[in-house]
Amino acid sequence: MIEQRLDAESVKKELIAKYPDKVGKKRGNQMQVNHVAEDGTVPMVLANSRTTPGIITQRGCTYAGCKGVVLGPTRDIVNITHGPIGCGFYSWLTRRNMTDAGEDGENYMMYSFSTDLKEENIVFGGEKKLEAAIQEAYDLFHPKAISIFSTCPVGLIGDDVHAVARRMKEKLGINVFGFSCEGYKGVSQSAGHHIANNQLFKHIVGLDDEVRGQKKFRVNLLGEYNIGGDAWVIEDLLKRCGFELVATFSGNSTYGQFANSQTADLNMVMCHRSINYVAEMMEKKYGIPWIKVNFVGAGATAKSLRKMAAYFEDAELVARTEQVIAEEMVKVEAARERHSARCKGKTAMLFVGGSRAHHYQELFTELGMKVLAAGYEFAHRDDYEGRRVLPTIKIDADSRNIEEIHVEKDVEKYREHLAARKAELEAKGYTFSDYEGMMPEMDQDSLVIDDISSYETEKIIEIWKPDVFCAGVKEKYVIQKMGVACKQLHNYDAGGPYNGFSGAINFYKDIDMRVNSPVWHLVKAPWSAVETTEPALA
Amino acid sequence: MRKIAIYGKGGIGKSTTTQNTVAALAEMGKKVMVVGCDPKADSTRLLLNGLAQKTVLDTLREEGEDVELSDILKPGYRESLCTESGGPEPGVGCAGRGIITSINLLEQLGAYEQELDYTFYDVLGDVVCGGFAMPIREGKAQEIYIVVSGEMMAMYAANNICKGIVKYAEAGGVRLGGLICNSRKTDREDELIIALAEKLGTQMIHFVPRHNDVQRAEINKKTVIDWNPACEQADEYRTLARKIDENKMFVVPKPLAIEELETLLMEYGLAA
Repeated sequence: MIEQRLDAESVKKELIAKYPDKVGKKRGNQMQVNHVAEDGTVPMVLANSRTTPGIITQRGCTYAGCKGVVLGPTRDIVNITHGPIGCGFYSWLTRRNMTDAGEDGENYMMYSFSTDLKEENIVFGGEKKLEAAIQEAYDLFHPKAISIFSTCPVGLIGDDVHAVARRMKEKLGINVFGFSCEGYKGVSQSAGHHIANNQLFKHIVGLDDEVRGQKKFRVNLLGEYNIGGDAWVIEDLLKRCGFELVATFSGNSTYGQFANSQTADLNMVMCHRSINYVAEMMEKKYGIPWIKVNFVGAGATAKSLRKMAAYFEDAELVARTEQVIAEEMVKVEAARERHSARCKGKTAMLFVGGSRAHHYQELFTELGMKVLAAGYEFAHRDDYEGRRVLPTIKIDADSRNIEEIHVEKDVEKYREHLAARKAELEAKGYTFSDYEGMMPEMDQDSLVIDDISSYETEKIIEIWKPDVFCAGVKEKYVIQKMGVACKQLHNYDAGGPYNGFSGAINFYKDIDMRVNSPVWHLVKAPWSAVETTEPALA
Repeated sequence: MRKIAIYGKGGIGKSTTTQNTVAALAEMGKKVMVVGCDPKADSTRLLLNGLAQKTVLDTLREEGEDVELSDILKPGYRESLCTESGGPEPGVGCAGRGIITSINLLEQLGAYEQELDYTFYDVLGDVVCGGFAMPIREGKAQEIYIVVSGEMMAMYAANNICKGIVKYAEAGGVRLGGLICNSRKTDREDELIIALAEKLGTQMIHFVPRHNDVQRAEINKKTVIDWNPACEQADEYRTLARKIDENKMFVVPKPLAIEELETLLMEYGLAA
């Protein structure tokens, strides 16, 4: 017996019905029933806006976005958290960013560095302790670079981490730089991404101009964080196709790669939200164009590889790329058929990240599953509606609180031929610097919800009863207690990689096991009127 | 024990007034403790005949957890007890948090369990942040006196401090005991401060005239009573001390709107 599904507009009304008028009105603007018009425009979603106090949000803080997300995956920078011990400890290796220790074995990711500020340091200032910590880290490891992450109390007492960084850089002769990424600084971790981008660009990118490795087809991958080994899958694919990957920001990355990244010919942006700033700044300063790619989903991976190959207009590269795609797709198709037979028609919801809720829809579509609702934790309007809305985004006081660095063309290093290539290709219909956003690719009448609350999560599961709900660890057990499978898309539970072709196969299998597991029938959901007697073995 | 906090605009003469009043109370035979809540640690200089050698926070920093009350509490004029919170160098750290830390430590060490008639808190400038409100939070001080003069900025600060008192009066029971006018010899100063006090719902508890003897005593690192017990100014402080000792008027103030405050000033200033 198939229940008639309640329509999205009614669900939206139901989700906000319990809120006080003012909150309900705001949440109503952060929640839209998707409607893709003929010209591709979609309804406006209020995003990157403060969470109403009292609402249990999925969001993290600015420090988490800066240290945890963007800089965390880099192995050979000693990342020191300047603050009380909790911030450093609880941000230690929590994202399952993997790394290869490399030939030099220089890898600090397994360490948690903190200045462990105590009351005395808050009262008298923590700069001296920070200086001592930098010195100690230097004496122990002699790293290429040391970075400092400011936590909330550091901002309140006004420790000048940048002045300390300058002093220590001069003293030690290595790169030392700081981030004013106090947790309270933005409405979500998104502010931390921006701050991280700015400092990476200011302090590292462009320091090393030597062209190493293959001279042709040099690319950077931006916004890929090697969770569960994702970056390794792409590294392998790119190599087989014939591309030279100069730097990944920042999965499985090194300081040296960042410093050398301006020698690439093309930037590929994967997670648009967390890293588009670096892409924009690199284009302005060095003339390197950027394209949006997505390596989540076999189809999306093939499309992205083809677009990359097309950029270089090289017949051999195109042929090799096609060959790799063809080889991989044989395996993908076999797996897809097997798993989609068992998953077809099932439903999913994704509330995660600033691009994952979009990217992972590809995989569900490939499995024949329907995405009922999706939304981001910390994205901005352009991630929902596409970059076309950028000029219409109102810059509020919270966004102005984040430094916008002024970048100019580097007369010596600017590569005119790349800009010329971009113009030429654009004339032929190739699109650069573009991200269409999540909504144009979603079904009509699906529900889009920004910064979903804990209450709304429970409510929407109760109403629409999806087969799988994708979120993070904070949501996971609430969801599973309702008898619904949860797939974590921050750390992949213990799974992955899910990128590229082999990753797609892993995901099909994981989702199949999850949604078809008999265990969900054994959990009595709060709304279940009757006991389920027998587990339906699939 | 009566616990009193003295607030007022920076430079208005809080420390001078507090110490001279404490000297008068001590002379009356009262047992008084003074807690300096200014990072500069100069609230007890006149009672100790020189700056305190070690502040609470310095001691805490150097001795770690092993701090004795005797390390931080020094005997001053006529068995008054003096302690200074201390704090960071200008421009670093958080002085407000320092005040909180040091008052908590004083409590833990039993500074308030001694036989005392009075504890005075001499607090830096305005109530700029939570730390400087510490002496009036959680019932630490029950009475506030605001040192003020007939100058606009001093009155503005007094009014602002009243806003802080209102906030903590609801939660902690702190009350305003009155305004102490430390004269700057402005026009009709006493009338103006009496009028301001009335508007705030309090009293001008005493008008302390300006006298060079205060400055002379300070140069000698002494309170006026200690330096020259027979001078006129010494009697002024004795009067202030007696009025505080006998005070029964404790109110939750009614802070003025800025326009009201300016009107008041014009009324008395222009009419002169």
